Amino acid sequence: MEARGAKWRWGLLDVVVVVFALVPVLWIMSLSFKTTATLTDGHFIPREWTLENYKTIFQTDQFVRALVNSIGIALISTLIAVVLGTMAAYAIARLDFPGKGALVGVSLLIAMFPQVSLVSPLFDIERRLGLFDTWPGLILPYITFALPLTIYTLSAFFKQIPWDLEKAAKMDGATQGEAFRKVIAPLAAPGVFTTAILAFIFCWNDFLFAISLTSTERSRTVPVALSFFTGDSQFEDPTGSISAAAVVITIPIILFVLFFQRRIVSGLTSGAVKG
Amino acid sequence: MAEIVLDKVGKQYPDGTVAVSDVDLEIADGEFVILVGPSGCGKSTLLNMIAGLEDISSGELRIGGDRMNEKAPRDRDIAMVFQSYALYPNMTVRENMAFPLRLAKLDKATIDEKVGEAAKVLELTELLDRKPANLSGGQRQRVAMGRAIVRSPKAFLMDEPLSNLDAKLRVQMRTVVSRLQKRLGTTTVYVTHDQTEAMTLGDRVVVLRAGVVQQVGDPQTLYDHPNNLFVAGFIGSPAMNFLSAQASDGVLRTALGDVPIGERLRGMLERGEAPQEMILGIRPEHFEDAALVDEAARGKGKEFEAPVELVESMGSDKYVYLTVEGERASSAELEELAADSGATDLPAGGANLVTRLSAESRVREGGPYKVWFNLEKIHLFDPSDGRNITLHEGRAAGVS
Repeated sequence: MEARGAKWRWGLLDVVVVVFALVPVLWIMSLSFKTTATLTDGHFIPREWTLENYKTIFQTDQFVRALVNSIGIALISTLIAVVLGTMAAYAIARLDFPGKGALVGVSLLIAMFPQVSLVSPLFDIERRLGLFDTWPGLILPYITFALPLTIYTLSAFFKQIPWDLEKAAKMDGATQGEAFRKVIAPLAAPGVFTTAILAFIFCWNDFLFAISLTSTERSRTVPVALSFFTGDSQFEDPTGSISAAAVVITIPIILFVLFFQRRIVSGLTSGAVKG
Repeated sequence: MAEIVLDKVGKQYPDGTVAVSDVDLEIADGEFVILVGPSGCGKSTLLNMIAGLEDISSGELRIGGDRMNEKAPRDRDIAMVFQSYALYPNMTVRENMAFPLRLAKLDKATIDEKVGEAAKVLELTELLDRKPANLSGGQRQRVAMGRAIVRSPKAFLMDEPLSNLDAKLRVQMRTVVSRLQKRLGTTTVYVTHDQTEAMTLGDRVVVLRAGVVQQVGDPQTLYDHPNNLFVAGFIGSPAMNFLSAQASDGVLRTALGDVPIGERLRGMLERGEAPQEMILGIRPEHFEDAALVDEAARGKGKEFEAPVELVESMGSDKYVYLTVEGERASSAELEELAADSGATDLPAGGANLVTRLSAESRVREGGPYKVWFNLEKIHLFDPSDGRNITLHEGRAAGVS
């Protein structure tokens, strides 16, 4: 009886949390389907449905260009961070080399460093180097901040993989590279995908670096472009278009997670060794 | 198939610890050699050095006549079975066994044929399409063996392959391993800390202690003629009994009474080749119920009386635990053996004697009982370095 009561209480709590988290999202969706005239009528379900907002944002070059920038920059940063992070994490998990503690410590330090304090120096550095307002100008800081994350998550994953498997592969005639590619990498895949998702979300959502280190459509990402949305005249409210754009940019994240989710669940290391 | 030669092979870690020192060992083609010793004795390190998973710091390793020190594991053509089995969890049993063949770039038909054959030998045919996660411990162990035998390597290395199985399965798998090795005739080096496995499986047994080879020989020789206290105490279950003994007035004073000293031993004592204080060792089966010893045998041994602490009847014979007066023998070797078997916490005071008597014995717990022991089977050890004093030309000669 008591267990049932507890179940209800927990269920209720869950519902509250989910509602709290989802209402703003639904509200944005609702706004994105409203016409300019009914935007502020206070109804949750739009009285007049329209796709006008979506049409508008895709007609403006500004948004499409930003979307391309965002996808490109986030994908490239994620890829590089995950590849570098995988190698670093593997070394940390497997080898005992001088300065290992320092390396781990420094990467932790980077993760904890307030990004805001880096913005002005980065701005100056990138202007000097000609990286300001370019893709590499955003990719580099993204990799810097995504790397500690990837190294941390991945080294935890690699530590779980029994070392005997690698030795066995070597005894079976594999080179170091083959042992890693054919035995270790497939087992680390769930970890790699999890890390990739986290890194991608971090790069995709970043606003601080994107607004500080860009100045034109050349490399401006979506979160920044959104803030530059204006109506056709100063009397026109861009709320509808901003909402539509906000909805659009959550789609890649959802796709990304859905695509990799299956891989995260499958292929755990059970059965490798006597457990 | 090939012979394996270890020529003064040693392993020293950068921090100075010596794991293995100057091991000389020639393993003949097709021989089954066991490396045995307590944990931390360097047996696994030695095996990993043969495998190429650990560097050799000194000496030379030759397989089939070729120097192997610098060769990568993949170029040594030897297979290894790991204690943890180390199956690839993302592959099926078939893929696991085919893995070494695929790396050797064999064509698909040959791979299928070889995997099929190995699976048949190990009764794995039904399980070929399962993943390791869906196998029992014994099945996983067999897959690990299968992965080793498919490519017919020059030698097998086995690192405690049975230690993760339960007792009954272990005995079963022991015969499987033994039969498989006889059938394939492949040189095998097998590491274990279980002296029963060592005794039953190997053509020859190498006893290691702290990285130093103590004795190499066939199991019976190790059992009957141990080189030193360590081998004597390690081989045999229940272990040999050790008591302190003092030589004085031409006899050995022990807790079992005075033991006469023979010609050879007296000579050694006079020449100072043997110390006055010694450790006497005698195996449980060299005791017998005094009432059951016939006249002819009686003269070869000696009788004594001691209180019976415990009787374990095994059906075929009886293990009788006796309490005897006097000091317990002590030496570095014995302490190490006790630590390894976890016997350090036993209460002190008085020595405990394990004896194996015939099943017909009418021994009862509690009261004193008359027990006979065979003087010809006694070993005497030097407590300072553990060497077997009774050993003469490689054979133990009792107190004669």
